[in-house]
Amino acid sequence: MKIRLENVVKTFETFRAVRDVSLTIESGELVALLGPSGSGKTTILRMVAGLEYADGGHIYFGDQDATDIPVRDRGVGFVFQHYALFPHMTVAENIAFGMKVSKVKREKVAIEARVVELLRLVRLEGLGDRFPAQISGGQRQRVALARALSVDPKVLLLDEPFGALDANVRHDLRRWLREIHRELGITTIFVTHDQEEALDLADRVVILKDGHIIQQGTAEEVCRNPQSAFVMKFLGDANVLAAEVRDGKAYASGAAIDVSGMADGKAELYARPADLDWSAQGPGIPASITRVLDRPDGRRVLATAETGEQLEFDVEPERALKAGDGGFVTLRRAKVFALG
Amino acid sequence: MSATRTGRKPPRVGDQPLFRRMLIGIVLVIVALLIVAPLVVIGVQAFSKGWAVYRDTIIHPDTLHAIRLTVFAAIVAVPVNTAFGVAAAWSITKFDFWGRRFLLVVIEIPFSVSPIVAGVAYLFVYGLQGVFGPTLDEYGIKILFAIPGIILASMFVTAPFVARELIPLMQAQGRDLEEAATSLGASGWRTFFSVTLPNIKWALLYGVVLCNARVMGEFGAVSVVSGNIRGQTNTLPLHIELLYHDYQAAGAFAAASILALIAVFTIIAKVALERQGAGRVRRPALVANPAEKTS
Repeated sequence: MKIRLENVVKTFETFRAVRDVSLTIESGELVALLGPSGSGKTTILRMVAGLEYADGGHIYFGDQDATDIPVRDRGVGFVFQHYALFPHMTVAENIAFGMKVSKVKREKVAIEARVVELLRLVRLEGLGDRFPAQISGGQRQRVALARALSVDPKVLLLDEPFGALDANVRHDLRRWLREIHRELGITTIFVTHDQEEALDLADRVVILKDGHIIQQGTAEEVCRNPQSAFVMKFLGDANVLAAEVRDGKAYASGAAIDVSGMADGKAELYARPADLDWSAQGPGIPASITRVLDRPDGRRVLATAETGEQLEFDVEPERALKAGDGGFVTLRRAKVFALG
Repeated sequence: MSATRTGRKPPRVGDQPLFRRMLIGIVLVIVALLIVAPLVVIGVQAFSKGWAVYRDTIIHPDTLHAIRLTVFAAIVAVPVNTAFGVAAAWSITKFDFWGRRFLLVVIEIPFSVSPIVAGVAYLFVYGLQGVFGPTLDEYGIKILFAIPGIILASMFVTAPFVARELIPLMQAQGRDLEEAATSLGASGWRTFFSVTLPNIKWALLYGVVLCNARVMGEFGAVSVVSGNIRGQTNTLPLHIELLYHDYQAAGAFAAASILALIAVFTIIAKVALERQGAGRVRRPALVANPAEKTS
């Protein structure tokens, strides 16, 4: 089902959590709401669910205005960060709960069959008789997903679904959620503050800050073409250098890069660690290496520019560099954003 | 390391044998003098004139009436306060509204105020010289020096018991479970009975037990509003005082033994409930007892 938010506003006492957000999610799309804490992403999700009411604006499910439909009748599947499984019910009872309380009456046999089917979908066959306290965190989250799917929701909403899990489990569940989404084709929105999770999983990433949508697009679009310094910084490690734009070129600490079309003035230059390189001879930013961090996939070099700026960049594992070496940091590519 | 473990443990702070023995000894003496001795005296004195006197005191119409009145007050006051406690705990923990913190404080007032103050206040509100007294008297409704007054006073004193047990627990559990149930299509009642209640039942029972014990034992507030009319408005605690002032020591102790018995049952119930995890604030949200299956 297509979901459309139109100028949605939400204020908590004096805190404006969501300011005038408009967003369209196509039927069957998997969208990530990505932002730092306090950016309003969870509030937006809860408004789509009906767990919070919007103070202004409209939320449409297809052509129907769902803004004032209570959560009970809205037909959404909601997965909570801390699972919110009913601790006094078994896994099977948890999954069956939505079908038992639904206004649509179901045969007991039909409910049981559906529970078995959902347990198979989330790959928890045979765990139906366990209680939530007796299964692992990753398993609990899968039960929560099965429970949310049991009532055939129009849209699946996940609030930081993997936030409480350790890194390995999180990685597996991400792949697995993607598969389930492909299998069911249900419109899905999930909230995360983990940029890697959003980029890995979503068809489209919506980046939020202070209750506004800052940028949205596919992972490729937002990664290759960040439109603000905030997005650039938020999506991953970045080196920041003070720069000056003159005649279509940005100059920073001795390096220069082509920025044709940009107005002259003060600016900031952003470069990912992989955008920089090291050479013994110039031209480049004169610097000295302060530390080398060895990682499984390469070496991260920490260097101090002559101007005092701290730089981080990655080199191949074979490069013999050590602390104290002097040389030049070269610029492969960078983004320049005007200041002010 | 294993050697030190099997050997003597290094003393912790204040763990010298002498200090330890003294501390434990002092506590035991205080417990014996302040708590155990009076209870023993009740048991001994109750039967000091023999079983026959004990039995006669118990089956005396005034005593029986006092017991019936006490039980009746509990039958009315406990369910009302239970319903109030659940409603209050639910509102305070699951909704946001203006004055929530204030309400939390108000609910606690009966704990901190002397019961006699409550009694005097009721006297002022419902007494013949009071606010509603004359109006109520015109219609022939008697609250003071009658059963309604006793029940009202008992209810005032025990109002916080259930709410106070539930609020910390429900606060710790948060709203996620109810939100999950509602998003799955459950109605408010269904959510309460299928999701909320099973997770608070032991704390609820614990609160009810404490509330009941206090209603049955309440003296101060009730003594002001009841009027102490023998065989009419005398609850068991008031009856004990009356017998005592009549120099019927054995009778007073016999009646007191019943209250003591109720207290013993309360403590047994309390311990049993605490084993089930009630009465403890810090309970993880995800608790499942595989032995009990609720559906």
